[in-house]
Amino acid sequence: MKNIRNFCIIAHIDHGKSTLADRLLQTTGTISDRDMKAQALDDMDLERERGITIKSHAIQMNYTFEGEDYILNLIDTPGHVDFSYEVSRSIAACEGALLIVDASQGIEAQTISNLYLALEHDLEIIPILNKMDLPGAMPEEVSDQIIELIGCDMEDIIPASGKTGLGVDKILEAILTRIPAPKGDENGPLQAMIFDSVFNPFRGIIAYYRVKNGVIRKGDKVRFLNTGKDYNAEEVGILKMELNPKKEVRAGDVGYIISGIKTAKEVKVGDTLTLAANPCEIPIKGFEDVKPMVFAGIYPVETDDYEELRYSMEKLQLNDSSLVFEPESSAALGFGFRCGFLGMLHMEIIQERLEREFNMTVITTVPNVSYFCYLHKDKEKAFIVNNPSELPDPSGVERIEEPYIKAQVITKSEYIGQIMNLCIEKRGEIKNQVYLTQDRVELTFEMPLAEIVFDFYDRLKSVSRGYASFDYHPIGYKQSDLIKMDLLLNGEQLDALSALVHRSNAFDLGKKICSKLKELIPRQQFEIPIQAAIGAKIIARETIKALRKDVTAKCYGGDISRKRKLLEKQKEGKKRMRQVGRVEVPQEAFMAVLKLND
Amino acid sequence: MAGIYIHIPFCKQKCTYCDFHFSTSFEHYRKEMIETIGKEIALRKEELKHVTIASIYFGGGTPSILNTQELNFLLQKIHANFDVDSSAEITLEANPDDISAQQLAMWKDGGINRLSIGLQSFKSSDLNWMNRAHTVEEALSCVQLAKKSGFNAISVDLIYGLPDLTMEEWKHHIDEVIAMDVQHISAYCLTVEEKTALNKLVNEKKIVPAGEDAQSEQFLELSHRLKKAGFLHYEISNFGKPGFEAVHNSNYWKGVSYMGVGPSAHSFNGSKRRWNISNNSKYLKQFASNAYFEEELLTLKDQWNEIVMTGLRTTSGVAIEQLKALFPLDEAFQLALLSFQKDGMIEFLNNHLSLTDKGRLQADFIASEFFKV
Ligand SMILES: Nc1nc2c(ncn2[C@@H]2O[C@H](COP(=O)(O)OP(=O)(O)OP(=O)(O)O)[C@@H](O)[C@H]2O)c(=O)[nH]1
Ligand code: SF4
Ligand SMILES: [Mg+2]
Repeated sequence: MKNIRNFCIIAHIDHGKSTLADRLLQTTGTISDRDMKAQALDDMDLERERGITIKSHAIQMNYTFEGEDYILNLIDTPGHVDFSYEVSRSIAACEGALLIVDASQGIEAQTISNLYLALEHDLEIIPILNKMDLPGAMPEEVSDQIIELIGCDMEDIIPASGKTGLGVDKILEAILTRIPAPKGDENGPLQAMIFDSVFNPFRGIIAYYRVKNGVIRKGDKVRFLNTGKDYNAEEVGILKMELNPKKEVRAGDVGYIISGIKTAKEVKVGDTLTLAANPCEIPIKGFEDVKPMVFAGIYPVETDDYEELRYSMEKLQLNDSSLVFEPESSAALGFGFRCGFLGMLHMEIIQERLEREFNMTVITTVPNVSYFCYLHKDKEKAFIVNNPSELPDPSGVERIEEPYIKAQVITKSEYIGQIMNLCIEKRGEIKNQVYLTQDRVELTFEMPLAEIVFDFYDRLKSVSRGYASFDYHPIGYKQSDLIKMDLLLNGEQLDALSALVHRSNAFDLGKKICSKLKELIPRQQFEIPIQAAIGAKIIARETIKALRKDVTAKCYGGDISRKRKLLEKQKEGKKRMRQVGRVEVPQEAFMAVLKLND
Repeated sequence: MAGIYIHIPFCKQKCTYCDFHFSTSFEHYRKEMIETIGKEIALRKEELKHVTIASIYFGGGTPSILNTQELNFLLQKIHANFDVDSSAEITLEANPDDISAQQLAMWKDGGINRLSIGLQSFKSSDLNWMNRAHTVEEALSCVQLAKKSGFNAISVDLIYGLPDLTMEEWKHHIDEVIAMDVQHISAYCLTVEEKTALNKLVNEKKIVPAGEDAQSEQFLELSHRLKKAGFLHYEISNFGKPGFEAVHNSNYWKGVSYMGVGPSAHSFNGSKRRWNISNNSKYLKQFASNAYFEEELLTLKDQWNEIVMTGLRTTSGVAIEQLKALFPLDEAFQLALLSFQKDGMIEFLNNHLSLTDKGRLQADFIASEFFKV
């Protein structure tokens, strides 16, 4: 055990975790030069295409240092805030963390939040100043920031580059000398913590664990303490570029188990794995369930595809247990599902995976948060509203509460003004302002989560010219003056576009949505009024004029095919629209609220 | 019955709105082009074997650029290789600036019995920005000249829906052509096509296209006035005195076979469409290796859609029997029919579907509603 080191790589998004992992894998010969590709651990198509890590990835390396053979278990983590739960889980399996900071960017919001996660678990932090090869690298300045943040010495910071390989040997040495070996009792009852699970279509669920005490062997009868279920350890082993089956995995090490489990629900990440014959007494402290932050309806474009959509979502859930969904129906969209996501990126990714992995084109409705609604008849019992159109009649509503977040923004001091304005506009309240260095500031706000769903990121990016990073976590519910705004198209309510909005924003928002819809809904053969309403009161109105003329009076001579194809294409496009009353509504319209400022 | 179309890919200058295929510097290969088109005519004689040619149409481009020798050469090629009906309609598209007593006599001698003249407008500023090669005076005089030379089947083209064309001006244009006492009028609404100078002007906001309302009003006015003057509005953009409906163009809409020769020309034989390459030098270069055209076999669904699309544009409409021969009339078809009938857009008479005046303004939409996809 003394020759095992378990560590994760944490950082703000894009600071170079996966690229540095490549260099470690290469130097330790875990991956051959021939098989090497950039960000080799990002193996999902979507990860490769978008160049971001979505899921943590564990891998074992062997390394010889001063004549001793070591086993290094590395976990690469995602940087995006939507996936921060992946970081927490990985941290729980490690004794150390490489904290990577891009030398040209400096400390950013997720650098800090992920560092705190690691410190909570007493991880040994190895600060790394990455991307030193960039001409824009500012080693002194960023080192100062790091020293200020974690209270280390200058010598503790390792300058490195995932691109050139600078510093890789030093990093390996630091891993061996600074991160403590795992502690545990090999002879005690098996106690292993599940920190991740993946679904494999051929082998079922593959659970990843860190053995704290004892040994797990192939053929053991194992028990998941939390669920109380017993399984047969059909295969155990360690994680290389491929699964590497072993007879046993011992205390201190990281491994996998395949035990005939077919669905992700059966394995709870954070659960403790032990032996049925000789169970350990106390479970390892697990994780809180990941809670979805935003909700949206997902509907099949073709109403007939509802069952297929259900099947696809279930399959997707095997891979991604953070996705939750339940059936719902909408007058405008038919049958579909209300889904819970970790954030807007997660939502986008789910939608994209449905399209590419399951060939399902879907309509996603405007996302919203989860509200607590209290009725006059029972002022204490919260009624959870995940879909604004389900809000009970306002006359019966005593109060509504909405989720709040604490938000951290790190930016250059010159953008403070604009960012404060944005936050105030988004109903935020400034709580703290700290200068990290002379021109880097950390602003802390409290604001409604609902506000970041609507164009917050884009606005933040544009007011700060990209020099702002953002992190948030939920801090509970607060009462708000919220009202339900409905949209009517040709007099018919478009339930999928109902939203809970703050009273003070309603008029403005109503006006903007109406004019956006006017832009997105093509003119049709009759006039279409668009109205925003609160209860029976119309607060905004636009009209899409009737299409008077839809005919080409041009001589297209003998070229009839071209014209035919043009009309066919238009018709094809219409087929993808939704009928609301007599009106054909294109898919984008259901997301209109998200693009109000375009 | 079949038609032959000859595309003359030359123009003196480029009209702003035009996306037809032509070139403005052609003298150096002019001879080769005419000879090659002649070869194509001969090469394809098998295609229309055993059918009589009811119409010949010289289009472009600008066929009035052709000299006596060129025109006669092409006509002779056609007569030598095809069975041309003695009463065949033989049309030549002519621009006003090419029309002179001498030219007219030459066309008449050659056998041309119908002229299609591109007047477009009687407003000098519009002729100017559209970069037409003729003047208002030429527009006014050429028709009289043609009549004097003995042409009694004359068609003129007009464009409406122009940026600043007022209703008063448009009425004046219509009255002007009525007074000319021509047999046929084609009127096209200006459309902004990709890759045209007009498109560029619109993108640069130098020209603001006329609104849909103005275009619709002008269309309705046109139909109204011409009908009153004794024209039949027999196709969306075409008006003819009884007995003077264009044979050649009508056949496009009726699904009659036609063979098109020359660069960019289209051909159709009932189930196959083919089109020649839209590039003069490639057409010339690739002619010898027979690589100068592409073709496409129409599926039953394509045929259905084309019948609907073209048929609905004409007063005679779509023959239900013709559709039934391809597919049964399913529920979707009947529902669409009912709803358009209710809205007063479509009429169903004598087993033919046709558009009402109201329906004409929505011809594309209505056609696509009947499409099979
Ligand atoms: N010049 C330079 N570019 C680097 C270096 N390391 C990473 N990059 C680039 O930075 C971008 C992000 O690299 P990744 O390794 O995917 O970053 P990451 O931290 O894993 O990103 P997430 O997992 O999405 O949070 C890529 O375009 C890399 O090529 C480096 O040392 N020098
Ligand atoms: S409109 Fe006629 S004359 Fe003008 S460029 Fe086009 S083809 Fe040539
Ligand atoms: Mg990564």
